[in-house]
Amino acid sequence: MSNTSTPLRRFWAEFRENRIAVVALVVVVVLILLAVFASLVSPQNPYDLANLSLMDSRRPPGFVGTGGYTHILGTDPQGRDLLSAILYGLRISIQIGLAAGFVSLTIGTTLGILAAYVGGRVEALIMRLVDLQLSFPAILLALVIVALLGQGKAQLIGALVAAQYAYFARTAYGAAKAERGKDYIEAALATPLSARLVVWRHMLPNCTPPLIVVATVQIANSISLEATLSFLGLGLPVTEPSLGMLISNGFPYMMSGRYWISVYPGVALIILIFAINIVGDQVRDQFNPRLRK
Amino acid sequence: MTEPVLSVKNLSTHFFTRGGVVKAVDGVSFDLARGEIMGLVGESGSGKTVTGFSLIGLLDAPGRIVEGSVKLNGTELTTLSERAMRTRRGSEISMIFQDPIATLNPMLTIGQQMRLAIDAHERLSPQAAEARSAELLTQVGIPSAKARLRAYPHEFSGGMRQRVAIAIALLHRPAVIVADEPTTALDVSIQAQILFQMRDLARETGTAMIWISHDLAVVSSLASKLAVMYAGRIVEQGPTATLLRDPRHPYTAGLIASLPAMAKPGTPLTQIPGSTPSLLSLPPGCPFAPRCDRADDICKTAPEMTMQANRGWRCFHPVGQDAGVSA
Repeated sequence: MSNTSTPLRRFWAEFRENRIAVVALVVVVVLILLAVFASLVSPQNPYDLANLSLMDSRRPPGFVGTGGYTHILGTDPQGRDLLSAILYGLRISIQIGLAAGFVSLTIGTTLGILAAYVGGRVEALIMRLVDLQLSFPAILLALVIVALLGQGKAQLIGALVAAQYAYFARTAYGAAKAERGKDYIEAALATPLSARLVVWRHMLPNCTPPLIVVATVQIANSISLEATLSFLGLGLPVTEPSLGMLISNGFPYMMSGRYWISVYPGVALIILIFAINIVGDQVRDQFNPRLRK
Repeated sequence: MTEPVLSVKNLSTHFFTRGGVVKAVDGVSFDLARGEIMGLVGESGSGKTVTGFSLIGLLDAPGRIVEGSVKLNGTELTTLSERAMRTRRGSEISMIFQDPIATLNPMLTIGQQMRLAIDAHERLSPQAAEARSAELLTQVGIPSAKARLRAYPHEFSGGMRQRVAIAIALLHRPAVIVADEPTTALDVSIQAQILFQMRDLARETGTAMIWISHDLAVVSSLASKLAVMYAGRIVEQGPTATLLRDPRHPYTAGLIASLPAMAKPGTPLTQIPGSTPSLLSLPPGCPFAPRCDRADDICKTAPEMTMQANRGWRCFHPVGQDAGVSA
């Protein structure tokens, strides 16, 4: 507990005390591993149309299809094994969530710190732009951008980044602005050390805690935003369904008793987002000294 | 008498605010010899910190040095470009701030921060930099310095952090250190330790120091000479012992009389009546006149510095010289 060797080790020691958060972290890691190794774990490659048989479509969980194996979670309207589709969909969702999260983290942090460091007109321009953007709902913005750019992974990530970088910019700006006024930054700037070095070694490390918190929340957000866009039919191509699209595919059959097509991908999505959020909450609590016991 | 390392002549720093011009520093002059420690004493708002910032060129807008000269080893600092000033800051003249919590980066180890401070001015191998850092930490009284280089600031107490700040200020053996109330945030015993170490360091390294403080008792145990500031001006300066024994300016006399050590137990402490005037609306003449029981009509004009041997004062009615003709 009182292990003071490195900040990281102390952080982990404290994290370990919250059992639920540890379970959530394990869930996140397992889901990521499942997604990464989806092609090895899943019984079928759901993106290979030659593998699919329409004879198998919309079959309930436990059905043994033409492939000769049990569809544990049933099949979707295209005859895909739902478990495989969920694992592959998970992979797309996590990929897009992480990619969008990191790109917006990078862009947003750069803008925010730039604004706080340079000040003056640059600061006013960047931050007003961010404010302006935050006044639009993220989903609306993403919809417009996907509509403009068309469908595809890169376009989708672009739309998510455009909708989310502003949160990072705000957070980075606030943290950097607070650090900027402190004596050690002033002192470092008073020496011949380059401004770049001062920002990298002094400012950025001190802005990371709030950024990590926002990053975990925003990764979960971009996953659900992606699912929303896919559900609305603006996500990825139909041949490579993400979780949102699987839910959407099953939606018309909900009322006819074929619940599993929508429900299981939905459950997977909920578990993923829930677990990420619990981990994020714990990280936030640990970084916020006011919430400490 | 050797050439002074730092020579300040008629330094005036004004702040151009919306409410008017604030003459925070108004015609301050002093010399500092190698290894000499000068105490700069005064109440809050008397201009001591602004004097320190002016010397090291760290004034923020709307403050500006309007006249006067600051010569460090013969180089005029007030006219240097910001770039040229930066190469001197930290290497030839450095500063220690009041708050030891804010002066260290919480995310870097002490060793990393000292390394950055070294890198700012010279190229050293990692081993040499570490050796230099450890040596300085030892000098300021931090035990097992090598191991402590790997510690983070939060693992240090306030006194230790201030020692680290002092060690960083000493890294390049500057000619002058401006210390702005560096021991105010510390408890008395730590304060005393640091004071003694600073006195030894000044003697050993030849670094001259300006020790800014509101606490006459602290400064008098450390500094060989004193400058007392009031409303942006030095009202009295001279060797510490002389000033304490035989003050000339009524303000200095009042400060000495109000030291708790001077009071008889059980009697109220002596005070100087009133408070520092607003620098925006200074009365013409002697700024201390409204609080001075010796003031009369002549005090409506500003007194010049009366120099006598190695001391000086700005007063028409100096204490202990009532006839005005002695010595």
